[in-house]
Amino acid sequence: MSGPLTGIKVVEICDEMGEWAGKLFADVGAEVVKIEPPGGVRTRTYGPFLDDEPGPERSLWFWHYNTNKRSVVADLDEAGARAAVKGLMAAADIVIEDQRPGRMAELGLDWADLKALNPRLIYVSITAFGRDMPKNLDEYTDLTLMAGGGPAWSCGYDDHSLPPVRGGGNQGFHTASHYGFMTALVALLERDVSGEGQFIDVNAHASQNVTTEAASYSWLVNQSTVQRQTGRHAGVTPSMPSQIMCGDGRMVNSGLPPRRGDDYRRMLMWLDEIGGREQFPEYPFLEIGAGQERIDLSKIQTDPEVAAIFGAGRECVNYIASKLSAFEFFTGAQERGFQVGIIYSPEEVMEDPHFKARGFPVEVEHPEHGHTFTYPGAPYAFGKSRWAIERRAPLLGEDTKAVLG
Amino acid sequence: MGALSHIRICDFTGQLAGAGATKFLAAFGAQVIRIEDPVNEGHWDILRGMPPYKEGQGGLEAGGSFNNHNVEKLGITLNLRTPKAKEVLRKLVAGSDCVTENFAAGVLDRWGFGYEELKKIREDIIYVSNCGFGHVGPYEKYKTWGPVVQAVSGLTFSSGLKDQPPAGWGYSYMDHTGAYYMAMAIMLALYHRNRTGEGQWVDLACTEAGAVLNGPALLDYTVNGRPLRRPGSPDSNRSQFPQMAPHGIYQAKGEDRWVSIACRDDADWERFGTATGAAFARDSRYTTLAGRIANEDELDAAVTAWTIDKDAKEIASLFQANRVPSAPVQLPEDRVDHDPNTSAWGLWPTVHHTHMGAVRVDGLPVHMSRTDWEMTRGAPMLGEHNEYVLGEILGYSGAEIAQMKAEGVL
Repeated sequence: MSGPLTGIKVVEICDEMGEWAGKLFADVGAEVVKIEPPGGVRTRTYGPFLDDEPGPERSLWFWHYNTNKRSVVADLDEAGARAAVKGLMAAADIVIEDQRPGRMAELGLDWADLKALNPRLIYVSITAFGRDMPKNLDEYTDLTLMAGGGPAWSCGYDDHSLPPVRGGGNQGFHTASHYGFMTALVALLERDVSGEGQFIDVNAHASQNVTTEAASYSWLVNQSTVQRQTGRHAGVTPSMPSQIMCGDGRMVNSGLPPRRGDDYRRMLMWLDEIGGREQFPEYPFLEIGAGQERIDLSKIQTDPEVAAIFGAGRECVNYIASKLSAFEFFTGAQERGFQVGIIYSPEEVMEDPHFKARGFPVEVEHPEHGHTFTYPGAPYAFGKSRWAIERRAPLLGEDTKAVLG
Repeated sequence: MGALSHIRICDFTGQLAGAGATKFLAAFGAQVIRIEDPVNEGHWDILRGMPPYKEGQGGLEAGGSFNNHNVEKLGITLNLRTPKAKEVLRKLVAGSDCVTENFAAGVLDRWGFGYEELKKIREDIIYVSNCGFGHVGPYEKYKTWGPVVQAVSGLTFSSGLKDQPPAGWGYSYMDHTGAYYMAMAIMLALYHRNRTGEGQWVDLACTEAGAVLNGPALLDYTVNGRPLRRPGSPDSNRSQFPQMAPHGIYQAKGEDRWVSIACRDDADWERFGTATGAAFARDSRYTTLAGRIANEDELDAAVTAWTIDKDAKEIASLFQANRVPSAPVQLPEDRVDHDPNTSAWGLWPTVHHTHMGAVRVDGLPVHMSRTDWEMTRGAPMLGEHNEYVLGEILGYSGAEIAQMKAEGVL
């Protein structure tokens, strides 16, 4: 079985912002050639490192973001290497780059330099603020993108003396890369019809701006401003806490509380199973909820009884959680049809029975080290084409000779 | 002609995790036909009719988020409890490239339109399902929405400050991002079909799409045995990978005003000193990155003492002028109405919704040189395009459509 993009040739000149897009291509079968400067791209210096010892072949960051790619070392400030890379681009389906605006044109490797040579080429430029925006800052990090682009305003704690929070894991870069990959796929499908390539300008700042859910559209629709709240949606009006501590000190997100009569009936049964009826003072409101078809959430601000029924449902969730471990509560709630999520640390996902059963953790061979390491697996499961990590991230310049001759 | 004008999608998606995917495709011209249940007035999608509303509006057709996520789509109603509606759906599937849904696992099967049945209608159909845990595995019956997906995939835990509970995400990051992966899955399957003639089912589990987004932390565990759950960890306003300091969101002048500052290396730290002229910037404890990391609490306190009486935008401008990465924590108003980069990009297009009128929505952060996106039509009202879709596309006569309406099929 081959990957959906088997046969597609990609030339990648990316560092931290765009290399995730390169991986998305490479893991579904595209042949991705990563151009690195002598000494390697900067992300080879990013930790964590194998056994905490830095080194260009020991960066676990680089390992993760560059699976299945080939590494070609080419000093783009040198004419011969530039010509060789231009040759690769002339024969490629996709170029993807995240260099500062102007850099590719200075090198003579921009879209304008290539489109006549290769009319089928799809050229994806990922920059912090787009190619030609009024205020184009060369200096940025994932943090400053997420602060300036919107996500940080919505994330943090009920206590506003604590700062807004940047969501972890360099998601600002990921979001820009997601748009780069998605739009490249649009261009590939369009090329199947027209036979022509095109240029794609991906703006990382704009990518954050349209990945903020209600923050943007509350302002767009009626000029209201959401406020951050611990562990739940920032809102124009405050909502009740949803992160709850379970009996073992671990936490869950209690998700959507009961809102249909049937939800209340199941909740009452669970409460009775753990012997909690006597200790739960809002019990009568649960019974009212159980007698209704559904709770009309649009009346929650105006009808005190609706608010009380809804509140009792939430409290009941908290009460049961306090009597169980987080895993017991998570699976117990879900088995009863309630949307609850255990708050896993990332590594705990790799040990969870569901993720293991689906084959999410995958083994990747590192012949230099004589064994395999476990990596996160596929974001999507294709029925008839393959997602796979066939090869670990390349050693620096490992494929220079094979690719350039 | 849009880039994807040749693609038709029979779309059961809703909320954001599904609707966001087909919105992206519709913006590039794909004909997305959204199917809703007339019996419960489309309320399976809890966003239909939910705030925000334009001033003076409200109700089923006024939901601002529903509009935002469903621009450029056609909307029809089908009461799939009736045999006639099932016949209409079979006709629509036969003429579609792709069927999309983000119901809980098994819903489409129960209606008699699981993948095996879809294939009987059209051999090369592409079916993309999107739910929190996927359609296969021990948790296949479990239900989710964004915050639950984020909790289980590790994204909630990895967002927060030292010695505080998780802050998580103040919105459904994984509804947005789940939609992005769903759009990718649809297009990858279409590309595969163009090469091979084969359709397929893609089983997308948002929790898996979320879990891959913590890659370096996962490898730190699987390779080095170091969990992210350990004392003092995580602190996502700091930068452990790559190491940077100072690196944080600091309090500025005014109520709830903040500025982000990141010094990537010693050169940035030197420029930080030049920009601020502050005495602590010359403190020998902070000369090296190792020193700044070792004394990060004191360093952050010193930075805050410097920022707290200054305007966030002025601080950011000062650092930007000195080539140190910095940005104010922009409020929605700042970035929607007063940010030249979003307005010049055309990031907030105005669409026309039949009931709501003119409304601005989230555009796309990309531009294509030949076949760019376009958003002009608002989300469909309930059954707004019944006549067009059943009449023009599926070939039913006006009388047949009227009869279907009368019989509660539409």
